[in-house]
Amino acid sequence: MFSDFDTDVIFNNLHFLVEGMQTTLILTIVAILGGLLLGTLLALARLSPFKPLAFVAGTYVNFFRSMPLILVIFWFYFLVPHIVGRPVGGFYSVLVAFVLFEAAYYCEIMRAGIQSVRKGQIYAGQAIGLTYTQNMRYVVLPQAFRNMVPILMTQAIILFQDTSLVYVVGVKDFLVSADLVANRENRILEMFTTVALVYFIICLSGSLFIRRLQRKFVT
Amino acid sequence: MNYNWDWGVLVREPYLEWLISGFGWTITVSLAAWVLAFSLGSVVGILRTTDHKLLRGLATCYVETFRNIPLLVQMFLWYFVFPELLPDDAGMWVKREMPMPEFTTAVVCLGLYTASRVAEQVRAGIQSIGQGQRNAGLAVGLTPAQVYRYVLLPVSYRIIVPPLTSEFLTIFKNSSVALTIGVLETTAQARQIEEYTFQGFEAFTIATVLYIIVTSIVMLLMRVVESRVRIPGMISLGAK
Repeated sequence: MFSDFDTDVIFNNLHFLVEGMQTTLILTIVAILGGLLLGTLLALARLSPFKPLAFVAGTYVNFFRSMPLILVIFWFYFLVPHIVGRPVGGFYSVLVAFVLFEAAYYCEIMRAGIQSVRKGQIYAGQAIGLTYTQNMRYVVLPQAFRNMVPILMTQAIILFQDTSLVYVVGVKDFLVSADLVANRENRILEMFTTVALVYFIICLSGSLFIRRLQRKFVT
Repeated sequence: MNYNWDWGVLVREPYLEWLISGFGWTITVSLAAWVLAFSLGSVVGILRTTDHKLLRGLATCYVETFRNIPLLVQMFLWYFVFPELLPDDAGMWVKREMPMPEFTTAVVCLGLYTASRVAEQVRAGIQSIGQGQRNAGLAVGLTPAQVYRYVLLPVSYRIIVPPLTSEFLTIFKNSSVALTIGVLETTAQARQIEEYTFQGFEAFTIATVLYIIVTSIVMLLMRVVESRVRIPGMISLGAK
């Protein structure tokens, strides 16, 4: 039980865990940026007056949203080397998987955000002679982003937690590094408790921060 | 892209059986976990809206704990760490003698995790009704329990049908995480077929199709339920 809880094993392997956390963070950040970019484009496509484009984007989103993330990770772990024609390693294939998967979720958030901007704003933009692109760029998207900040950040926390699923293809993120140490040193209890605690502290501070932000943003 | 297509692999022995049993496990794990998540989530969600400070605090702790640790980490905690924390005999029982240890652990873990999310939906549903109805109930002499039973809950459950649907779909998709502790559900079987036959494309396609079919059926069914239980004049909350 906790009486022989060995903290040394954590400190002796700290550099290993930090390295793992770096992978987790890189994965999270790239997936957020890529997902946000692709998701915004998808949202614009879904709301586009050109029906076939809206249909394709809608199908993309529904497709990815009805699949478990683990299956998506397996798909790209298998597909990416086939497409590229040579082995690329787990890290790059899960990166692709995360960007494409998250894009579907960010698209829905962005779409809700864009739709939350009042119609009058768009008409006003059109009335003073802005083109569609200008209207989006200067009127709609800045307001949409502002409304969406709390939900976008909540999604970022969910994504941060979801990156632990790269375990299934053995990419050395925080959890996998801890798992390796746990098995090598036979210290499963210590390592998994530490992992849970670290995730908990990061995610809880994140969500408390969002709640504070929410009070500021919501007007 | 050099790839030898062979869709026949999906109906060949023993792969067809693997797929069927995998799909069966996906459904069983999801439904069993949902029963737990829905009942516990309702209790926790209701507690979060009561006037009792201690109970409210405990419910909040529950939600924050289970929401802020990744599901996979929770799965490992239940499977590897939890038996170590028990007294020796009980720990042994959980590890060795408990019937279907992987399945039971997966259901408990997934259920407790999703309960925290269901609780948030239930709470949002109750809070969306507003203080007036609660006060009105108390004013006509109902006890607090009666206010929940006859005034608040019947309305809030009808309001939160759409977000509960998406929580159910989440549990259904999250059941794939059970493969990490050895439950051979759909995704695990697809992966296994890929490893045995190198026909990854076919294996993952059939798994994808299965997930999409179930998701679509659930969404269609719930759309009917939703329109049946809709309260005229009330806007549904929508999934958040």
